Amino acid sequence: MKRLAPYLLILPGGLWLLIFLVVPMVFMASVSTQEGDTLNGFVQTFNLSIYGDVLAQYRTQFLRSVGYGLAGTAVSIALAYPVASWIAFKGGARKSTYLLLVLLPFFVSFVLRTVSWKFLLADDGLLLAPLKSAGLVSGDFHVLQTTVAVIGGLVYNYLPFMILPIYVALERVDPRVIEAAHDLYASGRAAFTRVVLPLSLPGVFAGVLMTFVPMTADYVNAGILGGPENTMIGNIIQTEYLVNGDYPTASALSFTLMAVMLIGIFAYAKALGTENVLEAAAR
Amino acid sequence: MDLRTNPALLRGMTQSRSVSRRDALRLAGLSAAGLALAGCGVQGKKAAPPRKDAVAAYWASHKKNGVLRFANWPLYIDKDGKRYPSLEAFTADTGIKVSYQEAIQDNPTFFGKIQPLLAANNDIGFDVMVLTNGLHLTRALNLGYLVPVDHSRLPNFAANAAPKVKNPIWDPGNAHTVPWMVGVTGIAYNPKYVDEVTSVEDLWNPRYKGKVGMMLDTQEIANFGMFALGVDPDASTEADWRRAGERLKAQRDAGLVRKYYENDYVDALARGDIWITMAWSGDIFQQVAEGKDLRFVIPREGGTIWTDNLCIPKTAQNPVDALALMDYVYQPKIATMLVEAVNYITPVPATKDLVLADAAKATGEEKASLERMAGSPLIFPAESDMERLRSFKVLSAAEEKVFESVFQPISQG
Repeated sequence: MKRLAPYLLILPGGLWLLIFLVVPMVFMASVSTQEGDTLNGFVQTFNLSIYGDVLAQYRTQFLRSVGYGLAGTAVSIALAYPVASWIAFKGGARKSTYLLLVLLPFFVSFVLRTVSWKFLLADDGLLLAPLKSAGLVSGDFHVLQTTVAVIGGLVYNYLPFMILPIYVALERVDPRVIEAAHDLYASGRAAFTRVVLPLSLPGVFAGVLMTFVPMTADYVNAGILGGPENTMIGNIIQTEYLVNGDYPTASALSFTLMAVMLIGIFAYAKALGTENVLEAAAR
Repeated sequence: MDLRTNPALLRGMTQSRSVSRRDALRLAGLSAAGLALAGCGVQGKKAAPPRKDAVAAYWASHKKNGVLRFANWPLYIDKDGKRYPSLEAFTADTGIKVSYQEAIQDNPTFFGKIQPLLAANNDIGFDVMVLTNGLHLTRALNLGYLVPVDHSRLPNFAANAAPKVKNPIWDPGNAHTVPWMVGVTGIAYNPKYVDEVTSVEDLWNPRYKGKVGMMLDTQEIANFGMFALGVDPDASTEADWRRAGERLKAQRDAGLVRKYYENDYVDALARGDIWITMAWSGDIFQQVAEGKDLRFVIPREGGTIWTDNLCIPKTAQNPVDALALMDYVYQPKIATMLVEAVNYITPVPATKDLVLADAAKATGEEKASLERMAGSPLIFPAESDMERLRSFKVLSAAEEKVFESVFQPISQG
């Protein structure tokens, strides 16, 4: 019985993943190489060329999505790291209050938050109308339906996923380690780059995973805040699946996106040294 | 255009009507189709047209249950606080309790939600729903997802529906659908920034660069692309689509189009993000009624007329109750309650006099608004306007593929 215990413990989660992740994925993989339409049905033809076709047809949107994902992740790190370290090192007794504030936007619906940006950023809205009447920006300046708006929306919606893991990593840094660095004549900057930063990298890595992947696959922000030149691959998948009923193309796009992101993440993990990261995270 | 001489209609009428027993069973919901995943492929689900006696048998085998689940679009019915007066009247007259839900935001998403359920013969949670004529309604019809209605139980529809809304090209003889509301796609603009608009060419006017709104729906932009070329969408060919596609792409590449909108173009127009846009008549009427200074025109080259249709999904639990509602809303009194709230074109022409009668009884602001309504070409369009209106072309599955490949890349850069 004792030997079986670990297997029994993994059974519910394992079954869950098998039924709701592995089975649909196998089904999707099968659909992606079928040909036909919803009316006459789809027939398995092992049409592997569809992967080349979708990549060629939607190359722009793939590159754009990855670009937006990278830009959004970079901005998130830049914004999240100072916030996380401030809460971790200077938060004092109110740490949990500050963390709650970080999470507070999640209590409002995702779509509603994004839509409310439209009102804030409208051409003659709260933000731009005063700037325009003050002559600080030109009359036809706008934010909505631009790349900046989409990346801004992505960052806004996923920022807490970057703050929390970095905070957790920094919170675990023993202040005495920093003291020791100073005792060894490290300047403030050296103590950060040689001690604090390396110790917090696992948090950054986890944050990147949790923001880059959903940002790249996101379609809500591009749909609400973007314009004709901001379509992301998520929007294409949505259209192919729901509007066109073209399940093979939608499935092939999803798998290609997954492959692109896995390759990206593995390359990133390799560059950063997975073992160090995972070991640090496991401590 | 006379719908009866339309080639698409003639095609539908001359198609074979023979049907196997399996189809009759499917209609009655008796075949346990399940997920049709024979072998490695997804089985074809194209439905043959139902046989007359199968329809009769279906209706004979169902009873009134006294409940009805109704899926509609937002802001598409009369509402008084949390109450729906027309549905309350329905309950009082028929004893059928209605659970009303604003479940439909757009056709593709709603169809995407219900399609797997209908394919597996499962209940979708609704007994009656409102779908716009177009790709998805045609798909639902071709897949046999909609119950053919029993016209002997629709006396009010027969008596009161406008001849123009009867026998549409997408559903010959109203075999499966009856209209809920009719609307027009034209051009709306803000007179503060835009001079008087009469032509679709104004959507291509470089003066409005970055301030033009177009619609995301491929059939909507396709029609406007064709109007700009002087092509009648009903008679259009693949070559016309490609030329219209080029025209629309040029508009987009010139940076004229701010965004390809769904329902949200109204907010963008009201906020001033866009100055001129493709628009649905009722939306603009409502904005004007709320005091916004906006104009709506049917361009001289043409506009699109579309119909939102009541229809019954094949897995409906209360089809008899659904059919009762489909007939009930064709009483002029009820149709008047609806049109006064919704501000689209009603399929019941007799409502005009009733709106005027209501106006005579009302006073002050309400009187003015009802009179405006009765006189509005957006709600009771003139013959001359109607002549310029065209439907969405009914596309075969093969045509649809080409059509989508031409028009979808325009909005999905």
